[in-house]
Amino acid sequence: MARAVPAWWQAGPFAAVFGLFFLLPLALTLAVSFWNFNEYELIPAFSLRNYLTVFEGCGALGDRGNLCVTLATYASTLQLCALVWACTLALGFTVAYFLAFHVRSPGMQTALFVLCTVPFWTSNVIRMISWVPLLGRNGLVNDFLMGAHLVDHPVEWLLFSRFSVVLAFVHLYTMFMIVPIFNSMMRIDRSLLEAASDAGASAWQALWNVVVPLSRTGILIGSIFVITIVMGDFVTIGVMGGQQIASVGKIIQVQTSYLQFPLAAANAVILLAVVLMIIWGLTQLVDIRREL
Amino acid sequence: MQARVSDARAPGFWPLAIVFGLFVMFLYGPMLTIFVLSFQGPEGGLTFPLRGLSLHWFHALAAGLGTVDIAAAFRRSLLLGTVVMGFTVLLSLLAGLAFRKRLRGGDALFYVAIASLIMPSIIVSLGIGLQFRLVDTGVKAALSALGAEGTLEGYGSALGLLTSALGAHLTWTLPFGLLIMFAVFNRFDPSYEEAARDLGATPWQTFLHVVLPLIGPSVVGIGMFGFTLSWDEIARTSQAIGDVNTLPLELQGLTSTVTTPAIYALGTLTTVVSFLVMGVTAGLLAWLRKRQKRGRA
Repeated sequence: MARAVPAWWQAGPFAAVFGLFFLLPLALTLAVSFWNFNEYELIPAFSLRNYLTVFEGCGALGDRGNLCVTLATYASTLQLCALVWACTLALGFTVAYFLAFHVRSPGMQTALFVLCTVPFWTSNVIRMISWVPLLGRNGLVNDFLMGAHLVDHPVEWLLFSRFSVVLAFVHLYTMFMIVPIFNSMMRIDRSLLEAASDAGASAWQALWNVVVPLSRTGILIGSIFVITIVMGDFVTIGVMGGQQIASVGKIIQVQTSYLQFPLAAANAVILLAVVLMIIWGLTQLVDIRREL
Repeated sequence: MQARVSDARAPGFWPLAIVFGLFVMFLYGPMLTIFVLSFQGPEGGLTFPLRGLSLHWFHALAAGLGTVDIAAAFRRSLLLGTVVMGFTVLLSLLAGLAFRKRLRGGDALFYVAIASLIMPSIIVSLGIGLQFRLVDTGVKAALSALGAEGTLEGYGSALGLLTSALGAHLTWTLPFGLLIMFAVFNRFDPSYEEAARDLGATPWQTFLHVVLPLIGPSVVGIGMFGFTLSWDEIARTSQAIGDVNTLPLELQGLTSTVTTPAIYALGTLTTVVSFLVMGVTAGLLAWLRKRQKRGRA
């Protein structure tokens, strides 16, 4: 009998892709963040210049109590992230709960699930600009508000604002919450709910004390997805914010377009550190390795 | 005792059903508006009301939007998506098989793949862009040291569609592929393979005639995932592709410059491609299942 192929012969190409296109680039980013640069080239060196530039003026509050650029950008990005996270979690949990516990036939469950997934397969940019005819100055929402005499002038903050950015994020990424939470909920033993109701728990109590704790792995996974996407995003914030709203991802993108790679690398390292801290904080709440 | 399974809906069903309905409307509504608006007449603008009904903006799209070569971007995205699909299927399948055996360091590999999945895309993109620019610097230095001036002048950049951009896309599609393979092999019954082995099949024969037909539908699914994820990808491509652009990147650029429904026409077109891929996949899956059933009967 021919011998089976050694495992690493099979996993090798897969591993090589991540070594070459993930681990090595990350290591290079870290290295380059300490390099010097001028207008023409990157200069290998060890210098903290880039990090000092990033945090320039952050030591003390400005004259009027305003933050330095970097901290202000992080504050704005984190705020956006928290908003999007809260909205996607509330909506995603509700939808997953409905699908998992209130839709009874598996066929119907699959059908409704697919119904939610289909828009996910169209281009993100298309899904973003599809809000323009609704939210724009002459959009449907303003037409309606004007027609109903609720406002005199078109509402301006609907589009190219923090509102439209959050709306687009929720539109684009709630699926990332629904899928893992639904998965967790489907694994919950239904007899636990019967037990809860037999023991006199109200529907709310059963939800809060049985369903939510047992769905926490899904909630965590969904949260990690949404948070990492929003923290690094520059496309959605750019398009839906009318290129007006600052974000960490945007700073990195702008710096690379001016070929300031060491500065961009330093920003990327800081962003990575912040995201890792958030994920670490979340995993303290749930022991994900035990749950998987 | 009350019967457990009753026809009465549990309390909370209707409010939740309404929330779900609104969510579906929220998902589909905006998409439908641009689909409708892309069929505006020549006088139509970016918003309602619909002024006439025509294919005008599709013709405008075919004629080209300003300086941007949409057709070339379309072909590039199609090529990249297809190559990404091929690699994703092949590498995920191989890795999935490897993870079923004793794989020393398999945990580490799994965590690296997951880390890649949740890494903010801009960081991966920046890293790959940097990496290939450093390669360029190195190659140029080497060429000038060797005195190969002719080659040096002809050398552009290592950044490109099938080098850096392909790598960037694979860091996004492969983790999905691996997770699907895990799900597949978790449900896979190894006694089929034992039976094949007992009948004297070689490992290759076992794989080709037993394992592959059983997991075929999921492998097709991985291919579809690979293509559609690549087809829409922006963030990982943005810093890692060099001078040329893929369709989503062009589209992103067009959002700030194009003010005609032609951009909606483009949106409708790319959506149709996504749906065609899904349709073909679904058809292929149905065909595979039918074959499986016939095989059993």
